Amino acid sequence: MRNRYELRLSGSGGQGLILAGLILAEAAGIYDNRNVTQTQSYGPEARGGASKSEVVISESEIDYPKVTRPDLLLALTQEACDEYHRDLREDGILIVDSFRVKRVPSPGAFSIPISQIARKEVGKELVTNIVALGIITELTGVVSREAVKRAVLDRVPGGTEKLNIKALEVGFRIGRERRMSR
Amino acid sequence: MEKPALISGNEAVAYGALAAGVRFFAGYPITPSSEIAETLSELLPRMGGKFVQMEDELASMGAIVGASLAGVNSMTATSGPGFSLMQENIGFAFMTEVPCVIVNVQRGGPSTGLPTKPSQGDVMQTRWGTHGGCNTIALCPWSVRETFDLTIDCVNLANRYRLPVVLLLDEVIAHMREKVVLPSFGGVKKVQRKKPTCLPQEYLPYEITEDDIPPMADFGEGYRYHVTGLTHDPTGFPTSNAKEIDQLVRRLYGKIERYRDEITRIEEEYLADAQILVFAYGSVSRSAISAVKEARARGIKAGLLRPVSIWPFPDKHISRLADQLKAIIVAEMNLGQMIGEVRRASCERVKILGVTRVDGELITPDEILTAIQEVS
Repeated sequence: MRNRYELRLSGSGGQGLILAGLILAEAAGIYDNRNVTQTQSYGPEARGGASKSEVVISESEIDYPKVTRPDLLLALTQEACDEYHRDLREDGILIVDSFRVKRVPSPGAFSIPISQIARKEVGKELVTNIVALGIITELTGVVSREAVKRAVLDRVPGGTEKLNIKALEVGFRIGRERRMSR
Repeated sequence: MEKPALISGNEAVAYGALAAGVRFFAGYPITPSSEIAETLSELLPRMGGKFVQMEDELASMGAIVGASLAGVNSMTATSGPGFSLMQENIGFAFMTEVPCVIVNVQRGGPSTGLPTKPSQGDVMQTRWGTHGGCNTIALCPWSVRETFDLTIDCVNLANRYRLPVVLLLDEVIAHMREKVVLPSFGGVKKVQRKKPTCLPQEYLPYEITEDDIPPMADFGEGYRYHVTGLTHDPTGFPTSNAKEIDQLVRRLYGKIERYRDEITRIEEEYLADAQILVFAYGSVSRSAISAVKEARARGIKAGLLRPVSIWPFPDKHISRLADQLKAIIVAEMNLGQMIGEVRRASCERVKILGVTRVDGELITPDEILTAIQEVS
């Protein structure tokens, strides 16, 4: 892994991307003990329209805190994919929710029906963000599974721990399968 | 605390305020500062403090002046449009020498402008916003951790010099989350106000003292005195005596000049052998240090000067550097505010170039690097 790793989670307001970014940042920063910054698009788009949450993870101190050339881009909507895929590094990882993103800009992208997996395998589309976190963890290796799990448990509302851990485990499995098949 | 946490700049302000002993907050929520009020509304009452959501920013400023006169460390937080509304009572606090802290999280302007995006358009307003020729102390952090520290410093400076002090943030610093390890609040250094040692009937609230800072009694402890925005004599009552007026106005303005070296703070990076200086503050200095490192990697001798105290302006530092430099680049999210100060302090003995941005986006390291290459 390079010293500085940039992740951008994008989609539309209400998909839980800000929370996903927070969990990722806490996993890397608090539990894996790296340097992190987390920023987000903060505006009317946070409630519908394109929304993004960004995390920079680094072994050294982070100067510029925002993401300019993501190493990982998650796009949960076509709009977000269209807007942000050009910023992705050439060797960057693109993960799209294939249920909502039909025009995939690069053949190397991981097209995974994340929201449908959340609905069918976990039982709630609401946890799409957590399934996506599991997939990102496996495909990037940028945070440890244990750290993500602890960060999820810290942040999700009381009473939903079981559901969210299930979503995370499903994400881990899907991510692992995709990684192996490459 | 004392274990790592991921918090935003706005949360760091709230924690810093609590650590510094702020026990009164009055404000009117406004993006991008609202999380300061939100956090304090929850935490202040638990620590025995008071939180009041006011009807507007004029009243907010009035309320913190009142609370401070009663002896409580007081704070408000706002953004540009609210800061404009506070200007009248900021001048009142300056004239009446009431310690208080105003946090201004800058957003795009003019007017209601760009609520959710960053700007640094209020730098000159912070210095000159209220009428009549006040003097100002304002601090400007570049990280979440420094935001915590400078919030405490603002409270201490206000108490030490008896005046309103501004913590000047921008939206990036306010909303960004970083990993921080905060010290336990008990260990934080707190500056107490200078109190009167005389009997209440002998108390002169605006006494001319050797250090130019009159002792301050809390309302309610028996020292009754008059507080007015009119020019006043040592008793606190209005005066039209030319000598007394001159003495008061010169002392109010002069106490910052007198302690200027004590208050002024800068941070330097790679300056020892630098030929090109990047001058940047707040979030832009994060881009600037990144650009400076990249320029160094390419063999260009660049350095960074970051004013931690943006007011008073670090005149001496700029003046001293002007002759050893090839160029100064001033990067800021406005159309050129600090650049005027850099020109003035350097007497333009060096080439000065501005990098500006007013579209609501943070200046990138690349933009600054391009400017560095241009002048090298």
